[in-house]
Amino acid sequence: MTQIQGWTLGFIILTFALYLGIAWRSRVKETTGFYVAGQGIPTVANGAAVAADWMSAASFISMAGLIAFLGSDGSIYLMGWTGGYVLLALLIAPYLRKWGKFTVPEFVGDRYSETVRTIAAVAAIIISFTYVVGQMRGGGIVFSRFLGLDITGGVIVAALIIFAYAVLGGMKGITWTQVSQYTVLIIAYLIPAIAVAQQMTGLPIPQVTFGQILGELNALSTQMGLSQFTEAFSARPQIDVFLVTMSLMIGTAGLPHVIIRFYTTKTVRGARYSAFWALFFIALLYTTAPAVGAFTKLNLLQDVNGVAADSLPRWIENWAATGLVSVNENAQTIQTVSNSPTSGADLIVNNDILVLASPEIAGLPAPIVGLVAAGGMAAAMSTAAGLLLVISSSFSHDLYFRRVKRDSTDKQRLLAGRIAMGLAVLIAVYAGINPPAFVAQVVAFAFGLAAASFFPIIVLGIFWKRCNATGAAAGMVSGMAFTATYMIYTLEVFGTSANPHIFDISPEAIGTIGAIVNFIVTIVVSKMTAPPPEEISEMVESIRYPAARRTVPAGSTGDSA
Amino acid sequence: MTPDKNAGGGEPPPTTSPPDNGWRQEYWRKNLRLMVILLAIWFVVSFVFGILLIQPLNNIEILGFPLGFWFAQQGSIYTFVILILVYAKMMDRMDDQFGVSERQAEGGEK
Repeated sequence: MTQIQGWTLGFIILTFALYLGIAWRSRVKETTGFYVAGQGIPTVANGAAVAADWMSAASFISMAGLIAFLGSDGSIYLMGWTGGYVLLALLIAPYLRKWGKFTVPEFVGDRYSETVRTIAAVAAIIISFTYVVGQMRGGGIVFSRFLGLDITGGVIVAALIIFAYAVLGGMKGITWTQVSQYTVLIIAYLIPAIAVAQQMTGLPIPQVTFGQILGELNALSTQMGLSQFTEAFSARPQIDVFLVTMSLMIGTAGLPHVIIRFYTTKTVRGARYSAFWALFFIALLYTTAPAVGAFTKLNLLQDVNGVAADSLPRWIENWAATGLVSVNENAQTIQTVSNSPTSGADLIVNNDILVLASPEIAGLPAPIVGLVAAGGMAAAMSTAAGLLLVISSSFSHDLYFRRVKRDSTDKQRLLAGRIAMGLAVLIAVYAGINPPAFVAQVVAFAFGLAAASFFPIIVLGIFWKRCNATGAAAGMVSGMAFTATYMIYTLEVFGTSANPHIFDISPEAIGTIGAIVNFIVTIVVSKMTAPPPEEISEMVESIRYPAARRTVPAGSTGDSA
Repeated sequence: MTPDKNAGGGEPPPTTSPPDNGWRQEYWRKNLRLMVILLAIWFVVSFVFGILLIQPLNNIEILGFPLGFWFAQQGSIYTFVILILVYAKMMDRMDDQFGVSERQAEGGEK
């Protein structure tokens, strides 16, 4: 075992012991009532839990690598995945908190109808499942590198651990575990970033100092067959950048596992502040990621530029075992670098390894490399656990109990939920080994589907009283069908062949159009059919005000909202 | 989709009035106005500065950052964080003003 492997294993065991210990302790406290205890969580802690739940393997492992190769156009992920929180905080979180039940399909079921609830439950399962696949792949990369397995073995080990953890963690207070996972992942992300910034620019603030190296990076990139780092629209056309960003934003605001996190605060006010803290904690990582991308890419290019193929730095050999880095057999010296396996460049580096490899590339000591691996696992685990919970609760609560067996006991429902979780993990392992695209892309598809299904009907449900069940059902089905069809049309999935993009719109961007389709269909069909019953209007009215009116002005009768 | 459209879909139709409907309508109207203003800023920093006008803005350089690139990868994120904080603070003030504050339920100031 090398020194790096030793440190990695040490950190992973240590952090896992921490998570399990916390899960165990909060389980004891929560015997007074699972949900009630959940609603006593301070907003800062809840914000950190949202951040951990939200920042997945894609954010931690893939994103900086993607930005490194996409350059300026990598901002689709930065703006898309943070801007959605503004929509969430202003348009959704406070109102759903006021309404105050426990799953997203439940809100939809109460606001519209049982049919819409079933559609929503199916949508929640599909979205969460797509997203879980990304986590499996991310965890698989970590284990593959540090246990010396191929990627298939890595995915299987990751899946086993994630499954065991979700079954266990799901039974217990997950929030405090996620707070500790956030702490681990942010420390693991910031330490190497700060160290690299110090090393390369003499100032330990990566957000500010990576500007200094952009000029040099642009020059070296062009020299090695890549586009300029700061040049806009070199990777994607402008219209596509616009639509992908929008799709990721409205997808973020429509993701079931994120929305349910805001139910755990004590008050509506708490939901607003939770959204603030969540984005604050997320922004710590998201403003650092482009710096990590830029620094690592410059380091990488300087490391290999013109170096003979048989005397390359050590990290290339380490990572070659995972199959995620490869050197062209015909290359004498390295002249070109690319992230695309079909480019024919001298050195091919997969996006997904850049963050994990960045301390090695920068020549930082072994403990830091191990710490980053533990951070990557924290990100993958916390998100996977949240997602598997959505899958199992949607299945047992919103499908099995409502549709199959109304008189099912708690025990039967729990079993149904666990079976759903187990099946999801099995299929996700298969998809994680044979991914239809790399990690962040897989996740982007989940966002497209969330954007096209949930966001429009939740927003209309809150802001437009006239919106009815028929409209919402039609809108969701058409939005999802449209989006999925275009994705299957433009990608190689399920054996279909990839067709060219229409109007330069990529499959990640189509969620925006899907959401517009959903909005239009919902509005038109609602207008054409009967308005929702009176009690629905009253429900919508009531969720718009945080609390009963306490100070009653003279002459008013006073009313509880 | 523009932020205005988001909010525009939200104009509530006048309802049959419970006795105190007045304050509720005013509260909701103020909430919607605040929302539209904040979403307009959200749209401008990200979509206008970071995408639509990124190339002209890139001609300006600060600390090595082309300005459009900076908005796309740093500035817009800082703005988003501030927007949510402003929203939470302004809504606090509005809740107090309309007597619907929940601070007591949270067990005092935080």
